[in-house]
Amino acid sequence: MGLETTKPLSTLHEHTSYDVNDFAVPGGREEAWRFTPLRRLRGLHNGTAEAGGRVAVEVDAAPELRVETVGRDDERVGKAYVPADRVSAQAYTSFEKATVLTVPRETVASKPTVVTLTGEGGVAYGHTVVVVEPMAEAVLVLDHKGSATYADNVEFVVGEGASLKVVSLQDWADDAVHVSHHHAQLAKDAVFRSFVVTLGGDLVRLSPSVAYTAPGGDAELIGLYFVDAGQHLEHRLLVDHTVPNCRSNVVYKGALQGEGAHAVWIGDVIIRAEAEGTDTYELNRNLVLTDGARADSVPNLEILTGEVAGAGHASASGRLDDEHLFYLQARGIPFEEARRLVIRGFFGQLIERIAVPEVRERVTAAVERELERELTK
Amino acid sequence: MATLEIRDLHVTVDAAANEPPKEILHGVDLTIRAGETHAIMGPNGSGKSTLAYALAGHPKYTITSGSVLLDGEDVLEMSVDERARAGLFLAMQYPVEVPGVSVSNFLRSAVTAVRGEAPKLREFSKDLKAGMDALSIDPAFAQRNLNEGFSGGEKKRHEILQLELLKPKFAVLDETDSGLDVDALRVVSEGINRFRERGDTGVLLITHYTRILRYVKPDFVHVFAAGKIVEEGGPELADKLEAEGYESYVKASA
Ligand SMILES: Nc1ncnc2c1ncn2[C@@H]1O[C@H](COP(=O)(O)OP(=O)(O)OP(=O)(O)O)[C@@H](O)[C@H]1O
Ligand SMILES: [Mg+2]
Repeated sequence: MGLETTKPLSTLHEHTSYDVNDFAVPGGREEAWRFTPLRRLRGLHNGTAEAGGRVAVEVDAAPELRVETVGRDDERVGKAYVPADRVSAQAYTSFEKATVLTVPRETVASKPTVVTLTGEGGVAYGHTVVVVEPMAEAVLVLDHKGSATYADNVEFVVGEGASLKVVSLQDWADDAVHVSHHHAQLAKDAVFRSFVVTLGGDLVRLSPSVAYTAPGGDAELIGLYFVDAGQHLEHRLLVDHTVPNCRSNVVYKGALQGEGAHAVWIGDVIIRAEAEGTDTYELNRNLVLTDGARADSVPNLEILTGEVAGAGHASASGRLDDEHLFYLQARGIPFEEARRLVIRGFFGQLIERIAVPEVRERVTAAVERELERELTK
Repeated sequence: MATLEIRDLHVTVDAAANEPPKEILHGVDLTIRAGETHAIMGPNGSGKSTLAYALAGHPKYTITSGSVLLDGEDVLEMSVDERARAGLFLAMQYPVEVPGVSVSNFLRSAVTAVRGEAPKLREFSKDLKAGMDALSIDPAFAQRNLNEGFSGGEKKRHEILQLELLKPKFAVLDETDSGLDVDALRVVSEGINRFRERGDTGVLLITHYTRILRYVKPDFVHVFAAGKIVEEGGPELADKLEAEGYESYVKASA
């Protein structure tokens, strides 16, 4: 180390390329892969997953948006994001058509735009680009469902003074595998709100990242997951503060229940030497509801400047608090209902922050469904 | 007429992992009939809260022998929530903060559980508002998380609010008077008296101070020392305790 202090440790081994062949096949010991059960990726990581299936993309857009389906050579594709791991590069190398959504300059979209991605079985690769031009505003819902083995990359390009709110719902069928990168690039004074809800799928590995190109960018990344028996739900966040006076706030909360339920949360926040005045906080909390479930939570805040406005992180995983349950029960509330009240409360404060009422209701209903499922165990 | 009968109650607490459980209560006998108010006074650490928690069924405490009957029903066979639904109420010395659960949501769930059916929303809102008014609780508390960030006195008022909404048969009040300013003490005492006046109710009031006993007149006073009741008397015993302390009892039971 010593001389190299300006290079963040968490990027020392980082390597980016559009070409899958520039990445070695992961063996499972690599920092980026050590939590992921590679065998369950169905070959997405080693080149054996040949596209043959389909994830149907349906867009119900606000009238102000431009919606295009473009080929690989479109200049907007891959402009904001270069794949940083093998599966991401595999998706980039393999997708055939990309969806490009554009919110024109100074336009405020009059309703949420909903992109429904429905797995129809088999292996598929995808790519999505969302461009919010300067001073424009939009709300976007990415709704994943059905069965698939799916790898994709999503680029959010948020222009100067623009605002983008995204809800990404991973409500896959039990057998789905989904590996995805969500990269947001924020221009001057851009506002980005991401709300990730991951409930379904055999394995979901979602890597949201944020980069800033100018001061004033403001990113909030909120996540909620409910891991059931046998599920592996992994979220890997990277916020890279490379310019001064930007803000980021990360809050992810999850509940786990059942044998083999596995949640992984990695939160890397880098404040580089030149990113003075950065204000950042990241938090991960896991509620482990039963034996046999496991939560790995690794917050990592790297600060390379002495001039931050605020920087903090916290991570906690634990059981439901017996004292909470006792108090509720001592007022006559049956045990199972007391549990549900506390779990609902654990997520409630997050759910309130979903910008789209319909989505908020749907997420509330989905959490209720999970709670019911828990009840019948 | 409702009766709560505690017979020869022995209680241990789960100690550290590699230590044997420690007996805290060494045979408590106490019968409370509807219409009666019993005060328990005793030095710190003598086991008063242990008695209260054991009655409520806190999982940390194990009853090793003895019995507790509520109108002849075996309370010790009941789960924590069953005891509450059967009509036992414990106002805790240190009410628990429950993040994410609002006061109104909690109270509605509790009232629903205790009554066996959901109250009509309008009726419930009315009762809640009246209850809060009577205890000088700002209505804004209904939307706050249960006990979270409440001051000590605010927590105690909410315990009594729950007492009034849940309408149990017997209330065990563990130092509900501690930490209250004079106005709060009066307001809380009035709440307890409303509960007493409802009829067919009994109170077990654990306290260190006679000042609450001036508002809530006890019929019996019990001295608790080293895990059992060592003396019983009328209200005059409280004054004697306040004047002379517990020294003679602690020595005697040591
Ligand atoms: N979980 C526990 N582990 C070990 N000891 C315990 C535990 N709970 C209670 N005790 C012990 O049991 C004894 C009785 O405690 P308890 O809280 O019942 O006393 P108390 O009479 O209510 O005291 P105070 O007047 O201070 O409220 C104390 O010595 C206490 O340290
Ligand atoms: Mg006590």
